[in-house]
Amino acid sequence: MKLIYERSQAGRRASTIPQHEGLPPAGVPEELRRAEPPRLPEVPEFELVRHFTELSTRNFGVDTGFYPLGSCTMKYNPRVNERLVGLPGFASLHPLQDEDGVQGALELEWRLQEILREVTGLDAVSLQPAAGSQGELTGLMLVRAHFEARGESEQRRRVVIPDTAHGTNPASVTMSGYEMTPVKTDARGNIDLDDLRTKVDDHTAALMLTNPSTLGLFDENIEEIEKIFHGAGALMYYDGANLNAVCGISRPGDMGFDIVHINLHKTFAQPHGGGGPGGGPIAVRDILEPYLPVPAVVRNDDGTFGLDFDRPESIGKVRAFTGPFGVLVRSYAYIRMYGPRLREMSETAVLNANYVRARLKDAYELPYDRLCMHEFVLSARNLKRDHGVTALDVAKRLMDYGYHPPTIYFPLVVPEALMIEPTETETKETLDAFCDAMLQIAKEAAESPELLKQAPHNRPVRRLDEVRAAKHPVVKYGFEQHPQPDVEPVAVEALSHLDD
Amino acid sequence: MTQHPFLALTDADREAMLRTIGVSSVAELFRDIPPGVRLDRELQLERPLSEAELSTHMGELAARNVDMERELSFLGAGVYDHYVPAVVDTLMQRGEFLTAYTPYQPEMSQGVLQAIFEYQTAICELTGMDVSNASGYDGATVTADACFIAKHARPGKTTIVVTEATSPQVRQVVKTYAPGFGLEIVEVPHRNGTTDPDELRRAAEGAAAVIFQQPNVFGCLEPAPELAAAANDAEALAVAHVDLLSLGVLEAPGRYGCALALGEGQAAGNFPSYGGPHYGFLATRQEFIRRMPGRIVGETADTAGQRGYVLTLQTREQHIRREKATSNITTNQTLLALGGLVYLTWLGPQGLRELGETCLSLAAYAKQQLQERAGLELVFPERATFKELAVRVGRNARDVIRDARERGVHPGYAIGRDYEGMDDVLLVAVTEKRTPAEIDRLADVLAEVAR
Repeated sequence: MKLIYERSQAGRRASTIPQHEGLPPAGVPEELRRAEPPRLPEVPEFELVRHFTELSTRNFGVDTGFYPLGSCTMKYNPRVNERLVGLPGFASLHPLQDEDGVQGALELEWRLQEILREVTGLDAVSLQPAAGSQGELTGLMLVRAHFEARGESEQRRRVVIPDTAHGTNPASVTMSGYEMTPVKTDARGNIDLDDLRTKVDDHTAALMLTNPSTLGLFDENIEEIEKIFHGAGALMYYDGANLNAVCGISRPGDMGFDIVHINLHKTFAQPHGGGGPGGGPIAVRDILEPYLPVPAVVRNDDGTFGLDFDRPESIGKVRAFTGPFGVLVRSYAYIRMYGPRLREMSETAVLNANYVRARLKDAYELPYDRLCMHEFVLSARNLKRDHGVTALDVAKRLMDYGYHPPTIYFPLVVPEALMIEPTETETKETLDAFCDAMLQIAKEAAESPELLKQAPHNRPVRRLDEVRAAKHPVVKYGFEQHPQPDVEPVAVEALSHLDD
Repeated sequence: MTQHPFLALTDADREAMLRTIGVSSVAELFRDIPPGVRLDRELQLERPLSEAELSTHMGELAARNVDMERELSFLGAGVYDHYVPAVVDTLMQRGEFLTAYTPYQPEMSQGVLQAIFEYQTAICELTGMDVSNASGYDGATVTADACFIAKHARPGKTTIVVTEATSPQVRQVVKTYAPGFGLEIVEVPHRNGTTDPDELRRAAEGAAAVIFQQPNVFGCLEPAPELAAAANDAEALAVAHVDLLSLGVLEAPGRYGCALALGEGQAAGNFPSYGGPHYGFLATRQEFIRRMPGRIVGETADTAGQRGYVLTLQTREQHIRREKATSNITTNQTLLALGGLVYLTWLGPQGLRELGETCLSLAAYAKQQLQERAGLELVFPERATFKELAVRVGRNARDVIRDARERGVHPGYAIGRDYEGMDDVLLVAVTEKRTPAEIDRLADVLAEVAR
């Protein structure tokens, strides 16, 4: 389909801008004035709406269908939250208004902090970080502040991370000026304790751990791990990416973690928005509270709510203002519709994942044959070995059945990984239909592997060439010089070309 | 217990599923969790609300805020009350955009990928740059990202110069990030509302980057081309923190020698929303493309030769490069950037220019009225401005704001909260939503409560 720039005709427009007669003359100094207008699209409003509506039909969301993208918790996003976030009392609120004009907003933030304290089992919360990875970075800044206050910051330079970790963990370590110490995974999918013991000492600043891990497995030795780190004087950071497995069942604070980030866009239903926004609040043990970002949202003695900037030991600010407020509104609303029944949410997520795991584990390899938590990792290694079909091929073929593929090739410790997270917001009928499709694909891999290798067959585009995109990056429209597609678009009749 | 609306399993479903799994109860699914770390009580949270009860509760919270529709507001200082057209809400609410995630599987995600490609194009057109990413968290964090780019693009240099007339929100975030990057932040004071290029040139000696804001925090127009030249003379990256909506009337940073152009996108298509979520935009020249943080979409073709879009240059990113990545960012602000793209498309080049001109004239009118009608003094009378201006109000601006609000007007921001010696200064923002009559009212109220 055309780019919006290719629908543009000089002189057309969608906007109406207020203009006033009789105001004093105004302009900008000649040397600062724009010479050439930017080539923004010139389209009438109805063309604009059609263009973006057509684009939306070439996209797939949770509202479209099943989206078991492991590690991302693609659950249903309640529509009421979208209405609530648009209330003028929230949407048209300025972050620099005086506190007496934003009492409702501050109360909402304070209440969410209290909820997250209870859910994580920790003492204090900052809602400021904009996403999980920023929560990680903020957490590591707190670690540094903690050891600086103890005069140990020069000595404790290392952060221990398992080989199953999300890539954000090591990247956050580098951005915070630490060095990474990797630790291995054992045959049951837990951290390898023997390896761990050789790697934790008085140079260790912290552990970063996702529990349940990216394998979807709860680390059975978490109590021993806690002893090793706290015994060495180090801190423990919990990557909350997988919190959807354990709400009301097991709390990071009770596992011994000192810092936790919570992905509001995963566990607490902030829509993922095609790649964001997210929210990454952090909860910490009391010893770390003085270092949290400013301003802190507090309840005053008289019952009003306020912003406390007077935190002399604070690490500072990690984003502007108090946090991604609209995200906080949605997640707060979501939690209020669950209350203590959050436990049921997590139990259902875990039940759904185990059911799908049980139905698929014979057709695909299951590298860690244990009960899983909210997600699990299969390997398509058997299909590759026997039929030359890869995890990528399976993923692309799933599209033909109307499903978004799982996360693939992650975690790195599993070859040909297919990481499946059904979430709790699915019917058994949907889970069964997905399992049937996965089993059918395993059969197709044996009987007609080409069907998989050439998939997808009925999406708006066929398989895209990512190597070409990276080799010769075209990252914006080139107007008159823009390269045209190699051939005219053709209608692809689903699967018909494979019949012969 | 009644079935929760966001769950679906019946008792029969559960029994069948447990049988397939081979366990006797849901509790047994959690047997790998050691008893010592299990929560042996119910979460102490308030009872679940029905949707109707929730709506009432949230409505009450919202009503406890005095939003910009309830008082006439001239607040700006980084977040602005520009008009958001209906098409933005409508299209951002399309479920296919709203409830999708990062387009890891491009064949499922051509809609958002093409939209990001179009967004990147719009940002490059506005800023005069070659490459834009798919967005960062906000205008402050993308400035910290720029410091990380500079650290690697100018190896061995460990200082970053930031003008004091750059937003305090931005400066505070940069200072929070800097120690982890091994960078030191040096601030250059303003001279009567703008930055002196010669002073900046001296400070830039040995620095990896020079960051300035245009228009600056006081609303004044910096001699931006001279500031960029000062940075370039010192071989520091010139980084312009700009307001997208000023770029219909102000020159694009790429045309006057900047290495990076970035800023807060809120003004272009997002509601103020008490500070977020918004989008930070970040654009640079071709030579730094492989140092860019975050997602970038590129054009390619499918096996049939059809044009299509994919995430590209992913070897920069954390999921591939891990500790050697250019950033840890993964979730960004795509939906807000989509809102930005829809808004910029709605504006078009003519609308953008008219919007800039309306802001300029209303600000000029406000200057005139605040001086003539309210008898106030401009703080920097000889400086050119865009949509924001600083006036002296004769006593502590926070008190003036309080008194003005009692008369239904939020007259601006007390910039003395961030700058010493400016306790009597009010920063007034006028967007195209304000009218001459509203500006008259502001002047009348300030005439009463100032001094």
